[in-house]
Amino acid sequence: MEFEPVIGLEVHVQLKTKSKLFCSCATDFGASPNTQVCPVCLGHPGVLPVMNKKALDYAVLCGLALNCSISKFSKFDRKNYFYPDLPKNYQVSQFDKPFCYDGYIMIHVDGKEKRIGVTRAHLEEDAGKLVHSDTTASSGVDFNRTGIPLLEIVSEPDLRSPEEAYAYLVALKSIVEYLDISDCNMEEGSLRCDANVSIRPKGQKEFGVKTEIKNMNSFRGVLKALTYEIERQTEEVICGGKIVQETRLWDADKNMTFSMRSKEEAHDYRYFPEPDLVPVVLTDADIDEVRTKLPELPAARMERFVDAYGISDYDAEVLTGDKALAEYYEECTKLCKDYKMISNWIQSELLREMNDRKISIKESVVDPKKLTDMLNLIQNGTISGKIAKKVFAEMFETGEEANVIIKEKGLVQISNPDELQNIIQGVIEANPQIVEDYKGGKEKSFMFLVGQVMKATRGKANPQLVHQMLKEAIG
Amino acid sequence: MDLFALTACELRKLLDSKEISSRQLVESVLKRIESVDDKINAYVYVDKEEALKQAEAIDARRANGEPLGLLAGIPVALKDNLLYYRRPVTCASNILKGYYSSYTGTAVEKLMKADAVIIGSLNMDEFAMGSSCETSCYGPSRNPWNQDCITGGSSGGSAAAVAADETILALGSDTGGSIRQPSALCGVVGMKPTYGRVSRYGLVAFASSLDQIGPITKSVSDNALLLQVISGYDHRDSTSIKQDVPDYMSELKKTIKGLKIGIPKEYALDGMDADVEKATKQAIEIFKELGAEPVEISLPHTEYAIATYYIIATAEASANLARFDGVRYGNRAKDADNLIDLYCKTKSNGFGAEVKRRILLGTYVLSSGYYDAYYKKAQKVRTLIRQDFSKAFEKVDCIVTPTSPTPAFKIGEKINDPLTMYLSDIFTISLNLAGLPGIAVPCGLSSDSLPIGLQIIGRPFDESTILRAAYSFEQQTAFHSQKPTLV
Repeated sequence: MEFEPVIGLEVHVQLKTKSKLFCSCATDFGASPNTQVCPVCLGHPGVLPVMNKKALDYAVLCGLALNCSISKFSKFDRKNYFYPDLPKNYQVSQFDKPFCYDGYIMIHVDGKEKRIGVTRAHLEEDAGKLVHSDTTASSGVDFNRTGIPLLEIVSEPDLRSPEEAYAYLVALKSIVEYLDISDCNMEEGSLRCDANVSIRPKGQKEFGVKTEIKNMNSFRGVLKALTYEIERQTEEVICGGKIVQETRLWDADKNMTFSMRSKEEAHDYRYFPEPDLVPVVLTDADIDEVRTKLPELPAARMERFVDAYGISDYDAEVLTGDKALAEYYEECTKLCKDYKMISNWIQSELLREMNDRKISIKESVVDPKKLTDMLNLIQNGTISGKIAKKVFAEMFETGEEANVIIKEKGLVQISNPDELQNIIQGVIEANPQIVEDYKGGKEKSFMFLVGQVMKATRGKANPQLVHQMLKEAIG
Repeated sequence: MDLFALTACELRKLLDSKEISSRQLVESVLKRIESVDDKINAYVYVDKEEALKQAEAIDARRANGEPLGLLAGIPVALKDNLLYYRRPVTCASNILKGYYSSYTGTAVEKLMKADAVIIGSLNMDEFAMGSSCETSCYGPSRNPWNQDCITGGSSGGSAAAVAADETILALGSDTGGSIRQPSALCGVVGMKPTYGRVSRYGLVAFASSLDQIGPITKSVSDNALLLQVISGYDHRDSTSIKQDVPDYMSELKKTIKGLKIGIPKEYALDGMDADVEKATKQAIEIFKELGAEPVEISLPHTEYAIATYYIIATAEASANLARFDGVRYGNRAKDADNLIDLYCKTKSNGFGAEVKRRILLGTYVLSSGYYDAYYKKAQKVRTLIRQDFSKAFEKVDCIVTPTSPTPAFKIGEKINDPLTMYLSDIFTISLNLAGLPGIAVPCGLSSDSLPIGLQIIGRPFDESTILRAAYSFEQQTAFHSQKPTLV
């Protein structure tokens, strides 16, 4: 029997507001433990929450970008459970009236476009962090993260493979980055993902029993965890076993998921409306005002890049997938008119150097000005494309400008026929047999001669000119 | 002259004319506390030195001719659930013993801005859960009129302190009658303002949608004065309302001629205490004499108020009190083996029986499978109760009822019978559910010489009208000038 996985994702996006969701504490990452706290976020007696308006704006903005309907009437609820990282022992979240609902995003897998439903996106407060001591049998709590706004984005169970889940995450992250409402850094925890996954015989309509997978801390991790879990479930079913509804933790070292708690111990969160906050009522005008702040989103930008710069769909998708990269490219197009060449250089040389160094585009020492200066030197024949690769590597290494490197290393292309004439003549004289072979129809021999000229000029000869002059000389 | 026995309005004149100093006044009150509080047990904390220091500072400013606030130099005491930075606040619970406020709440901050002298904190039912002040971890406060009797609650310490002249003014909090019922039982004036009139920031929450801070005073004028100081929108409390605060003092003296006074027929209970019934009828006669017009009204959903209240209040309380877990502050149980054990032991040792009962009740009504039958239904009934009042207020300007169905009962009499105890709030609870303002004013003494209080209920944010009615009533009668004999 063939099985089909059914996957839904819950993504928590930490919103980068300056202050927390319900108090004015700072939200900076990496501050010393318990330095960004106050009576409100520590849950002291008598405190009251006050909603951060910016967080609401961000939530609505994100909802609009995810094609969601925006609730005219929404409210906060208390989700009750006891844990030391939750100061009030309830989390202020949204239960039945989220700010955003019924949206979707488009993903691309294997060249096919697919629409993935977004069930809802709601605001809630983040919890603190437990820090366990290895030496003493005790744990500490850092409340700096407590109360930072989270947008929980829940997908429909529309995903049918780990690859689709991966594509969904990439697309979602890209949208959120374009909105500039989160750092989207999975390692720092500003983007977190849990997955619900089940399997069912292909063709069956009903869903199978699902498990929830937590503790995945990279997109690759999600891909691997889902692949593992689907395999595990399939084997279980084939062997006549039953899937238990439970939460499982992904162990990235062992590449396996482990059972955390079963449904029997599942929480009853006892949700009820948060009486300390008033319902949020939004008018069409309020929503429209947020709508005016919607930036160009990845899909629209991709289309525009194809139209405006004549690059392929694939290239445009790569370039627009990362907002900063798209901005980098667009900056380059103002400084160099060979858009296709810019696109090729960014995708081959620039991204390779960045990946080797594990840095982001923002950290690249080669900025659009430096890159396009160099590309313009190729265009006007000052250096060859081949030399340019060396120059570029040097630029990335030192941060120096292309023309300085070219001058220092004497890499200017020889495009003067007079300078090349003697060298070409010398090569022909030194290789009579090869010349004969070429004349006899051996095309490869010609390239050998070109190579000899390039070698003699240490790669500086203008290759096109060499081709042309060699052909003329041999006749 | 016993300064402690005067009202704030009287004292303001003496202070303004420099006939007395604030230091003299504070000393007088402190002395009174020393001489009678052993009997009353109203205070859980008295900050003598700080109070004298504050008084001196205000005297100095007065001597310099600096502008001073409405309550300059006048002692105010706080219910032990109001936060005042660096002072102990315990809600009369073992779980918070040793906790010091980490900030100052809005109402207290407003007192400070008005240059009041804060002299200490007052006993209460644990976490404001109770109608007799008997659930306090410090033991019950005693009624100044008869020390074998309860003060009422939960703001029992506040009402008793005012009645025994142990403070000039006091703040209480009212979730189901916690200001009005003890005020009635101790023979003082107590007001629960409209929900949203006074910021709850810095009031330890019992039931967030019902709680409201309010003044407990010796006279209606003092009540208006203190309400003036603590009222107003606060950005730190999202449920406080942006509404102008009228000048209550100037509203007081307007006539109540032609005022339509609603008399709810559902409030004539079978088996109501005869003295209370008589005093209430008499009060209505007095209103007639003053030119007001009694109108019979109906509040048909009254009989569901107590059940509704005990679902909503306990549901909210079960979440509000979850934070007292010994992890960050307060008393943590020693020798806990693990996290669950820590929670269980801390809460088992820290909370008293009534608090535990209500947490369990609240947890139950919110539980999966019960939510719709209890919490959701209670919210619907709450809407009906609110509508009852809206309809009534189409016909009348205020509503008059008894505050408590009985005068003060004996300490220990009802503590083991929670359902009977809950009936103490039968006349007061609906107002909290509807968010309406209500004031309790003395309207007589029982055959056992225990005070009886009248409740006057107003439209939302119309504290002016009920203050005016209470003031006219007070001026027409001598009940407020009667004092218990202590010492």
